[in-house]
Amino acid sequence: MTAFFRKFYFFLTALFLALPLIVVAGVSINQKQTLAFPPEGFSTSWYGEIFLNPEWRNALVASVTLALLSAALAVAIALPLAWFLWRRVAPWANIFQLLGVAPFTLPPVITALGMLTFWATAGFYGQPWTAIVSHAIFFVTLPLVTLSLGFTSIDRSLVEAAATMGADERTVFRTVVLPLVLPYIVSGYAFAFVLSLNEYIVAYMTVGFTMETLPIKIFNALRYGYTPTMASVTVLFVATAAVIFGLVARFGDLPKLLGAMASDGK
Amino acid sequence: MRREPPKTLGDYAPLLFPAGMLTIFFVVPFGTMIAVSFFQRQQGGFYTPAFVFDNYARFLSAFFGGVLGFSLMLAITVAVCCVVLALPFTYLLTRMARSVQVLWLVALLSVLSLSEVIIGFAWSTLFSRTAGITNVLVALGIMSEARALTPSFAAVLTGMVYQAFPYTVLVLFPALIRLDPTLAEAARTLGASPLKAFFTVVVPALRNTITATLIMVFIFALGSYLLPQLLGRPQHWTLSVLITDQAIYQSNMPFAAAMAVFLVLVTLGLVALTVIAGRKGEAA
Repeated sequence: MTAFFRKFYFFLTALFLALPLIVVAGVSINQKQTLAFPPEGFSTSWYGEIFLNPEWRNALVASVTLALLSAALAVAIALPLAWFLWRRVAPWANIFQLLGVAPFTLPPVITALGMLTFWATAGFYGQPWTAIVSHAIFFVTLPLVTLSLGFTSIDRSLVEAAATMGADERTVFRTVVLPLVLPYIVSGYAFAFVLSLNEYIVAYMTVGFTMETLPIKIFNALRYGYTPTMASVTVLFVATAAVIFGLVARFGDLPKLLGAMASDGK
Repeated sequence: MRREPPKTLGDYAPLLFPAGMLTIFFVVPFGTMIAVSFFQRQQGGFYTPAFVFDNYARFLSAFFGGVLGFSLMLAITVAVCCVVLALPFTYLLTRMARSVQVLWLVALLSVLSLSEVIIGFAWSTLFSRTAGITNVLVALGIMSEARALTPSFAAVLTGMVYQAFPYTVLVLFPALIRLDPTLAEAARTLGASPLKAFFTVVVPALRNTITATLIMVFIFALGSYLLPQLLGRPQHWTLSVLITDQAIYQSNMPFAAAMAVFLVLVTLGLVALTVIAGRKGEAA
């Protein structure tokens, strides 16, 4: 009875989570340019449309570029900070950790509006690179949390041994510390990349009128009615996220990574 | 290698880039926003430095008060729904084989990373007359004809619970996986049913976790911006929608900033209240 109840409960949850995706996947292979479910006919032309139609292609390129660069910048901010906090006793430096977690903890509209006022005041409003910086700051929390976890998992006696053998700070970092935290760098990057790819409001408030990312493109297209291309983009995005998180799980310890994510206040 | 205090100026060097970036691109924008909230608005979308409370005064009208009240009510409802649904789910998940856990975690992360736009699009399709779930009900003979379920409050709530559910599970996950399994076992040995053991032992042991989760999901839900627009009527629009509307379409940055600052204060205030209430509850 209990086992049956549990299975039923998990089945319902799975159904709830999958239902929108099932419908969207069905719509994406529809033959005609209408939203019909169950799909009428079969066609993969809407997937081709993403790459062939210049508007959708530009949005795809913009989103991927933004996600690749902003996630890299987020890691570049998080890595030295996490390293410093692990290596040094400087209680006041924790304030920067707090600052790194804050943008992601507040309602996103706050961060977005702060960025908008700042870029407008500084005279850079609408420049594509402002979106990269804004996303990097908004998502810096993710690599910061995974990296903090990565550093705490390093056995300090290993580092001490290297130092006793005469390795200087730089060599110790390159040969001992970096290889040990590399998986955490990769997973932090992956988290920031996937979330940046799908983020709407910060991108919209910073470069919405000069650069269309895919979520912005989908929302703008929604106003003029539905097209199956939106559905195929959605399927593509979910598949990308599933593959990336699947790889993180395959090469890292996903439950452990997530166990630390929340204990750090995120 | 033990942790050492920084001695030379060079020891501080690694901190330079992260501290600089976070200060310039987070602290300064936040400060700019607070400053702008006191600025005077000029006709034509410009504003001049000033120190006026007009923007805050305007906010205290019945209309914006109503929107704030609705936003808070919506976020609280979403938080309660999510925790009620996700707590038993996460508890059972943490008791499953690790490979099953990983599978679910990947699925939850994928759903969590879905853009709000996409969630809104998917649910508005599901709730539509032409391609929605009512068609399935008609086919099953439960309903006589298909109809649209959106825009409605229920549609907004469903979309937001869908968006926040994976987040809730991931916030609960670490506390539940570290929960001492002997607690529930002891209750079971003493003759409690699994359900009774869950409600009398597991839930009370997790009281602080549940409170913290409610707060985090509440803040998460408060940020929802597109779902109320895509699935609801104008009366279901949240403060996030109005802030964006004022900033982008009405070009009234000072007013948008004042609302944003107010939202931060209300959020922090509610969080503080909950924490204080939690402490008092513990002392009693």
